[in-house]
Amino acid sequence: MELSTGVREKHLIQNRVMVAAIGGACLLILLVIRLIWLQLIETERFQTASEANRLQTLPVSPARGLIVDRNGLILAENRPNLQLLLVPEEVDDIDLMVSEVRSRIEFTDGDAERFAKNLKSRRRPRDPVVVKDDLSETEAALIAVDLFQFPGLQIEARPTRFYPYGGLTAHSLGYVGRLSLNELQAIEESRYAGTETIGKSGVEKAYEDALLGQVGVERVETSARGQIMRSVDRDDPVPGADIPLHLDIGLTAKLYEALGDRRGAIVAMDPKTGGVLGLASAPTYDANAFIGGISQAEYAALQVNQDTPLFNRALRGQYPPGSTIKPMLGLVGLHYGAVTWEKEISDRGFFQLSGDDHKYRDWKKWGHGRVNIEKAVIESCDTYFYEMAVRLGIDQMSEGMQWFGFGRRQGRDIQGDLPGILPSREWKRQARNQSWYLGETVISGIGQGFWVTTPLQLAAATTAMARRGNFIEPHFSVLEDVDAGAPVPLGDSMDWERMIDAMEDVLHGERGTARGAARGLNYRIAGKTGTVQVVGIAQEEEYKAEEIEERLRDHALFVGFAPADSPSIVLALVIENGGSGGTTAAPVARQIFDYWVLERNEGERAPDTAYVSTMNQQVLRYVNADSN
Amino acid sequence: MLTATDIGQIESFRPKRFAQRYGVDPLLTLFVLVTALYGLIILYSASGQSLSMVIRQGAHVIVGLGVMAILSQVRRDIIVYVTPFIFAFAILLLIAVLVIGVGAKGAQRWLDLPGLPRFQPSELMKLALPAMVTWWLTRRKLPPTISQLAIAALLIVIPVALIAKQPDLGTSIIIAGSGFFVIFLAGISWRLLAILGGLGVASLPVLWMVMRDYQRTRVLTLLDPQSDPLGAGWNTIQAMTALGSGGMFGKGYAAGTQAQLKFLPESHTDFIVAVIGEEMGFVGISVLLILYALILGRCLVLTMRAQGHFGRLLSGSVTLTFFVYVFVNLGMVSGVLPVVGVPLPLISYGGTSIVSLLIGFGLIMAMQRTKRVLSGES
Repeated sequence: MELSTGVREKHLIQNRVMVAAIGGACLLILLVIRLIWLQLIETERFQTASEANRLQTLPVSPARGLIVDRNGLILAENRPNLQLLLVPEEVDDIDLMVSEVRSRIEFTDGDAERFAKNLKSRRRPRDPVVVKDDLSETEAALIAVDLFQFPGLQIEARPTRFYPYGGLTAHSLGYVGRLSLNELQAIEESRYAGTETIGKSGVEKAYEDALLGQVGVERVETSARGQIMRSVDRDDPVPGADIPLHLDIGLTAKLYEALGDRRGAIVAMDPKTGGVLGLASAPTYDANAFIGGISQAEYAALQVNQDTPLFNRALRGQYPPGSTIKPMLGLVGLHYGAVTWEKEISDRGFFQLSGDDHKYRDWKKWGHGRVNIEKAVIESCDTYFYEMAVRLGIDQMSEGMQWFGFGRRQGRDIQGDLPGILPSREWKRQARNQSWYLGETVISGIGQGFWVTTPLQLAAATTAMARRGNFIEPHFSVLEDVDAGAPVPLGDSMDWERMIDAMEDVLHGERGTARGAARGLNYRIAGKTGTVQVVGIAQEEEYKAEEIEERLRDHALFVGFAPADSPSIVLALVIENGGSGGTTAAPVARQIFDYWVLERNEGERAPDTAYVSTMNQQVLRYVNADSN
Repeated sequence: MLTATDIGQIESFRPKRFAQRYGVDPLLTLFVLVTALYGLIILYSASGQSLSMVIRQGAHVIVGLGVMAILSQVRRDIIVYVTPFIFAFAILLLIAVLVIGVGAKGAQRWLDLPGLPRFQPSELMKLALPAMVTWWLTRRKLPPTISQLAIAALLIVIPVALIAKQPDLGTSIIIAGSGFFVIFLAGISWRLLAILGGLGVASLPVLWMVMRDYQRTRVLTLLDPQSDPLGAGWNTIQAMTALGSGGMFGKGYAAGTQAQLKFLPESHTDFIVAVIGEEMGFVGISVLLILYALILGRCLVLTMRAQGHFGRLLSGSVTLTFFVYVFVNLGMVSGVLPVVGVPLPLISYGGTSIVSLLIGFGLIMAMQRTKRVLSGES
């Protein structure tokens, strides 16, 4: 009995083993089916997923185009810059990371502040943020040794915009800066895939499209941690185009030198092309400071500085043109028959409208005596132009003057210039909702009242004089050159020549307002002075008593060109609170004309580097003086 | 008393088979050796070409084979005799783990006793538990009665609960399985089995309640890996991607991008089969499956030949447990089972796992050995 029980039990177990084996075989078959599905049927899907895992497409930023002056000197270049970068998404504790960095390299409060600001500004996800700019080789090495401990931290040599002439070019070239939120929405994102900066102002902004270049693409194999293992393939970026300018950096340096530490602006133009040869707005600032993000303190110092170094006086400073427009206005008067070359008036030192007691005074208390139009330009007789303005009327005056480019932006590749105001009934109705008064016509006759112009406009208008009645829009780059300007349909060539003769006598004549500046000249300058009243800087009066007087002094203006017969340069300059145009502005212009016509020789086109550096130190002094 | 076959063998005094005479089964040893070598080749690639890791694993295999050979020589009655003591000892160690154990990632699984290498007592329980249940059930006639089964259930539940508390869900489920297999093979009636199955399903919500958060996440992730692709779903997605992208012939040895670029987690331990699949394709996995089938087949043959009920039950249980390891690991990597942290037998890197597996094979070999002197039992 026991025997058979044992056999039965054995068979029972063996049966169960067989059942389990069959069950196991079924499960294995299920597994095989699953593997067939994964490996043989859905292969392609998983291969795609695996490639997507492995390969990352990285944008390669193109080198930004250079900006060069008329002699091929580089005004804006790309300098390799070792940057310490951080990808915030990959860092758990940014403060801890910063203190680690601080323990290894010099990291000033200014650096910390800049970094905090960079961190806060909106950016694309996973875009690295600059922790510290411009690392020295030693600093880079000190960080690089421990880099593996700090995921999210990286050192990269990224080309950074550099302006070798610093403050000399800040107001003409502008600068590049980090893409802002608004700009991010406006740009075509794929073009900026590898680029974090954009031209913010000036030539950099005007030619952003050409300077940018074409982004390249590199496909890299990365590990699961995002570490780049190797490059798979690469489409090289196309560097941006170089932009050649009319600007002459040597002349620009001369402009700043001539301005010295005065506030003011000078625009120099080439009358043959309309190209801007030089542009100065003093005081200036070093645009290089803006590249890596300027610290709050530095920016505040530049902003609160009452000399407003950030303010572009040449393009945005709106000054009454004063007497500088008299030659042009004279041509308008002649054209519309308000005056003739022969007409003379008797100037007793003031002008009165009939039925009005108000005396519109001439700058010369006792008057100029008998005055024709030429004498009125040479001696800058106000009374003559008061009277002519009334005869001409505001409508014809503004119609004639708009041929010279007043009252509108200059366009082309000029960024950020203001339109100024060319007064007219139309303008006054729209801007002030008021009707026009005759008294306003009177003072418009001497370029005051509502009339404001930018130095750029004055330069453009004077260029139209130098071109004997042909207006050409000012522009920075050779790329914007045009074959011909727009004729100014006022008078004939005899009228223009006669008016230019009168402008020459402003300097060369015995009674010219700028005769003092022309002493010993061996070439001819045609010009016109202007002295305009300042309409209060009221808010500063009570605080800086000793400066009120200085700030209320007249602005000194001068426009002109030389040599008068075949001009090679046109100048328009404003010296704020400089006093009289003849005694302050004209001598400044003389220095520049001398440089351009006489001193400049082919071999010495670059400004003295020592001068550039002292210039830039001056700029820095502005910053430091106010932040202390 | 004697069974017919036992008498025949005693009378002839010439065991028919080499294995029955010398303990070590040459075929099973060969299959295990080939599989382990295959594992070493894969490990070299999966570890990022670490020769030292391969050498260490090779040493584990040699030690394991040595232990297997020694164990295969032990007399069955001695094994039967020591089983309750080993089981009791293993229970003590499990309690010790909960009190003074060490571990990582919120789990306490290791015992670090002075003078001994670090080890996981649950590994000992993997064999001690089925042996104990077998010991208990074979004391009486088969199939077991309800009261016998109740005690057997208790023998299973206590160690499983201790391991689940570490927590080590994967191991506790597999150990519970190995105990259950003994009961199943011992001939539990199908009706009772159906009732127990129903109770098991009914208790699933309770299991859900006692699971830790990360364990629940693993189950949920299985249902939809894309729900958390960078977190809990990462392992499954990357493993499936590795397997799937391997295709028929794979990307080439040591050229799997998922494995070599470290997208694949645990590529030299739990997820090593994904490396095989990615680099050697469906063909490479098929070779592995064939090797496993050979091992399992041979184990089944040895189970059939095992001597005595204790031998048959224990052999069967060890064989089925081995199968469960293979199935759970492959199921986990190919995304049909939750990620439970079960190594791939004989392939995954790790000394404890390979040694305890080879001990299991040593037991199977010992169980089918005939004796010149008949023991009193069965």
